[in-house]
Amino acid sequence: MLDDFFIRAMLAGVGVAVVAGPLGCFIVWRRLAYFGDTLSHAALLGVALAFLLEINFTVAVFLVSAVVSLALLFLQRKATVSSDSLLGLLAHSALALGLVVLAFLTWVRVDLMGFLFGDILAVSAMDILIIYIGGAAVLSVLVWIWTPLFAATVNWELAEAEGMKPGRANIVLMLLMATVIAIAMKIVGVLLITAMLIIPAATARRFAAGPEQMAVVAAIAGAMAVVGGLFGSLEWDTPSGPTIVVAALFLFILSLSPLPQLLAFGRKSGTPIVKEGN
Amino acid sequence: MAQDTDPLITLSRAGVERAGRWLVRGVDLAVQPGEIVTLIGPNGSGKSTTAKMALGILKPDEGTSARRRDLVVGYVPQKVSIDWTLPLTVARFMHLTGRVDQADADAAMKQTGIHDLRSAEVRTLSGGEFQRVLLARAMARKPDLLVLDEPVQGVDFSGEIALYEMIKGIRDDIGCGILLISHDLHVVMAATDRVLCLNGHICCQGTPTAVASSVEYQTLFGKRAAATLAVYEHDHDHTHLPDGRVRHSDGTVTDSCHPQDGHHHGHHHGHVHTLPTAEGVDGIERERETHHAR
Repeated sequence: MLDDFFIRAMLAGVGVAVVAGPLGCFIVWRRLAYFGDTLSHAALLGVALAFLLEINFTVAVFLVSAVVSLALLFLQRKATVSSDSLLGLLAHSALALGLVVLAFLTWVRVDLMGFLFGDILAVSAMDILIIYIGGAAVLSVLVWIWTPLFAATVNWELAEAEGMKPGRANIVLMLLMATVIAIAMKIVGVLLITAMLIIPAATARRFAAGPEQMAVVAAIAGAMAVVGGLFGSLEWDTPSGPTIVVAALFLFILSLSPLPQLLAFGRKSGTPIVKEGN
Repeated sequence: MAQDTDPLITLSRAGVERAGRWLVRGVDLAVQPGEIVTLIGPNGSGKSTTAKMALGILKPDEGTSARRRDLVVGYVPQKVSIDWTLPLTVARFMHLTGRVDQADADAAMKQTGIHDLRSAEVRTLSGGEFQRVLLARAMARKPDLLVLDEPVQGVDFSGEIALYEMIKGIRDDIGCGILLISHDLHVVMAATDRVLCLNGHICCQGTPTAVASSVEYQTLFGKRAAATLAVYEHDHDHTHLPDGRVRHSDGTVTDSCHPQDGHHHGHHHGHVHTLPTAEGVDGIERERETHHAR
């Protein structure tokens, strides 16, 4: 079954989407969209370093993303520049550095388009293994850190006062994002990773009555976008990464229609009866 | 255990400095189990900062801050805004910093009168409703220490008294220590064991019992506009300099204000703190105390 490139693409894409959805919720809640962009721009530097040092792409991208997020945490405390300026600085410096390093590697012929927009149809069984192991790790850590992370998202000081250690949760979240970007790069490419994080989560907002519910709905919406996008790209012969994002956008637009309200309304009137049980 | 006699939280000579200015300095504060301590003071006097130091949210830049090991804290911050991107119902909010027993959560919601709102989204609540939700959540944790930063804000006047009653009830029920920040200089909860008046430092402190038992105090609840009676009063003859030091009436300057420095304590005369508009022309925060001769 794994011999078929289309099945492999489907498995890889759904694997990434299921992890990106819940994590994307935190990006939406904490308004970290630009931070996601920064990490994915930095991913190209990871690619260049992987060529230079001849190490695994995923590992190199993860390391660079992790260093960039920790650098951001450090600079936020030290520098007198606003966070969004710092993000812009880090994003484009890392991107430029990556391109310069790649230019020096004259013996390497890089398909830049593949990295920028992904090449989901070329995923190997090994890639799928990495996605599922990495994805399972990300989801487990996310479940483990969920309460402190969510509490800190709602109110940092309240979380700190009640012993939730929000600083630690914050660092863990950044490392999780670095991991997801590393494993998702091959699927949608560095320029579109943030879309896979944000769009399904934004879609889920209209359907969800609770944070956990929103995470699950985001995962489902992401998976639907992958399946829809892949079939779309097969049907119309369009590039698969961008088509997946377009499919996600389509779901988001659908969520703006009255449909979710109808669903949410049905649930709202139903919940108390179930919950009360008296 | 000997530990049980230790205070829940202790601040000693603690202060926080931001950009060369001391927000609050030289604070000594301890809260014992079962004790209600109220912080009062004008805007910007360092009430919230003091509470945050006690909670460990802010690290003191001088002095020390200590908490009991494994202290369970219930915190009602001064301001919590829920982003509209967050789908969060009251019921879910009750378990924000860890699951609490559902029976405790229901009891707390009933006691604060928000049980009917439990499936409502938090961000759709009014200020007063949300304030009660915050209190219910903190209560349901069965904390050792409850820290309430202006818990009656946005609550109408009769609700205010009810809330104060409820806070006293929490102390009586679960025996927790309570650190309460009052936004109103003139009204201090009757059940308070100790009042601390802050104005960049501890101006004065003591029990409000004498005041609470007085007729004037009781009429205070009825006629707030005529609230010339303070719970605890004192006199100032020193000026706080922007660097946190204190200039006394005799012209000497010391690092901070000690309780015995230039404070003349007496009972049953009012005091009013006034602050110059927008921190004053020269940025120096002044205090002026008005005596009401009795």
